Amino acid sequence: MILFLSYLINGISLGSIYAIIALGYTMVYGIAKMLNFAHGDVIMIGAYLSFCATQYMGLPAVASVVLAVMVCTALGIIIEGLAYKPLRQAPSLAVLITAIGVSYFLQNVALLIWGSTPKNFASVVSLRSVSLMDGQLLISGVTLVTVLANIIIMVGLTLFTGHTKVGKAMRAVSEDKGAAELMGIHVNRTISMTFAIGSALAAIAGVLLCSAYPTLQPTTGSMPGIKAFTAAVFGGIGSIPGAMIGGLLLGVIEVLGKAYVSTELGDAFVFAVLIIVLLVKPTGLLGKSVREKV
Amino acid sequence: MKNMSAKTRRKFLTYAMVVLAFVVCQVLISQRLMSRSLKGQLIPICVYIVMAVSLNLTVGISGELSLGHAGFMSVGAFTGIVTGMWLSKGIGLENGTVCLVLSILAGGVSAGIAGVLIGIPVLRLRGDYLAIVTLAFGEIIRNVVNCLYISVDGRHVHAAFNNPNVPGKLIVNGPAGATGVMKLSTFPMGFVLVMFTLVVVLNLIDSRSGRAIMAIRDNRIAAEAMGLNVTKYKMMAFVVSAVLAGMAGALYGLNYSTVTASKFKFDTSILVLVFVVLGGIGNIPGSVISAALLTVLPELLRAFSNYRMLIYAVVLILVMLMTNNQTLRSTAKRMIPAKFRKEERS
Repeated sequence: MILFLSYLINGISLGSIYAIIALGYTMVYGIAKMLNFAHGDVIMIGAYLSFCATQYMGLPAVASVVLAVMVCTALGIIIEGLAYKPLRQAPSLAVLITAIGVSYFLQNVALLIWGSTPKNFASVVSLRSVSLMDGQLLISGVTLVTVLANIIIMVGLTLFTGHTKVGKAMRAVSEDKGAAELMGIHVNRTISMTFAIGSALAAIAGVLLCSAYPTLQPTTGSMPGIKAFTAAVFGGIGSIPGAMIGGLLLGVIEVLGKAYVSTELGDAFVFAVLIIVLLVKPTGLLGKSVREKV
Repeated sequence: MKNMSAKTRRKFLTYAMVVLAFVVCQVLISQRLMSRSLKGQLIPICVYIVMAVSLNLTVGISGELSLGHAGFMSVGAFTGIVTGMWLSKGIGLENGTVCLVLSILAGGVSAGIAGVLIGIPVLRLRGDYLAIVTLAFGEIIRNVVNCLYISVDGRHVHAAFNNPNVPGKLIVNGPAGATGVMKLSTFPMGFVLVMFTLVVVLNLIDSRSGRAIMAIRDNRIAAEAMGLNVTKYKMMAFVVSAVLAGMAGALYGLNYSTVTASKFKFDTSILVLVFVVLGGIGNIPGSVISAALLTVLPELLRAFSNYRMLIYAVVLILVMLMTNNQTLRSTAKRMIPAKFRKEERS
């Protein structure tokens, strides 16, 4: 029982990281109707920036996270402006291939700058772990911070999209780009803003991911990126609570699958669940189905 | 050549190009003019040409982005290795060529079965969802192969899942992959496979079914309204593509003494996609040329090996921007002198 609880906590911790990454995917998909394949690599860049700030510049942990968030936000806006904005009218296949190109570009730039040897990421969380049930159940500081960050981001984003002017503009653009433009909403600026928020979340996710799993290399972001993407699709892409639920479920499924079925097959398990969900409900758990009109 | 249609002429020019390249390579080999490293690249070149042409069938002709093409290659490779080893060691088939042909066929059949199994759920989905599910299948196949243990014991083949205790000589050894594989693949067989792929794909495109597949790509709803069975034709393109990838996989697997599942990662799928995109989506001869050139190029540019993937990435982005953005496209066009310009077909 205690073993199961500790697996569950691990799963929730991993799932919270997936959820934060999935939020970035889902917001960008909702507004620009594109899969930003490079999102996973922004995570990796964020983690490297934080690593460099603490190791080489001697900055405190919090400052390094702020720096990573700022640089990644700028990076997100630049990527959107250079690679995706010229393709607004292009077919989705072209945009997807461009996004794959950007992803490879970021990975190889990281490879050239930081090399392929894995770096040992020192956790940015200095919180002590909490022990429950007479020390049988240990919850690490990173887990607490991750779950907390996930809840704060989730609540913050819901309030932001529901109550601020920019947030409402985002919802309007995702509903109908043309109509939003006619209502005087600056569509391009709104899309850039979404990329900025998504990339800032990616930086936070990168730091949290590497604090929990401390090996950092240029390919660190790709697998969590793919899985978070799976989580976003799982929960219904475009939906913010969907990303949260999808991320958490996926994390728990992965950890429990690895613990009880087979460590080798953990990832296969995650993807098999995705396929089953898509077969039963092709738009994901919370996705709205859109009727096709001729 | 005169009373042939432009399409037929194009088709025969493609065949002629491949035959010519093969003859040139054979002459160079017989005159000992070819370097060792290039000679070692000949079979991988054939493999990647088949991979690129078959992926182009899915991406270009059928219009579905598949990100798990390496998964089919993996299925074909491991089936091919097991078949080849069983035929030569278990049954005692002496003739290497017969052994190789049967292995390639087995690889194609098994990948085709995988294609049907994957196609049933996948082809119900649209666009981006389809891409992510093919990616997921590629990863599942890789994970499953990592847990497979297959051995040959006399005439029997034993297979176990997640359990290395199988009788006889281990061929596929879980995460360590296939070890001690006999090198059965030959360059002439690679050439035959490339020709076979081209004949199948080019004739499929020119047939009634091919036109149906392209009609569905251009407008699914209109094609459905004309009475075309969308699932059937999509499935046809997807499975043919999978079978060819499996055959390429078998040729690839029997070319190395050790093959691990990690060789058929997501990166391999992307690499083949790069070949297709740079050769021109939907352009079959383009895929042949780009796959051949881009497989040889890294060997020639060994000094720049660190920058290779970086350059690929930049080129991929630029090609996409140039072909899909109106402003950039007209700027690029103005740089070409008027008499060389091709008239835009709409």
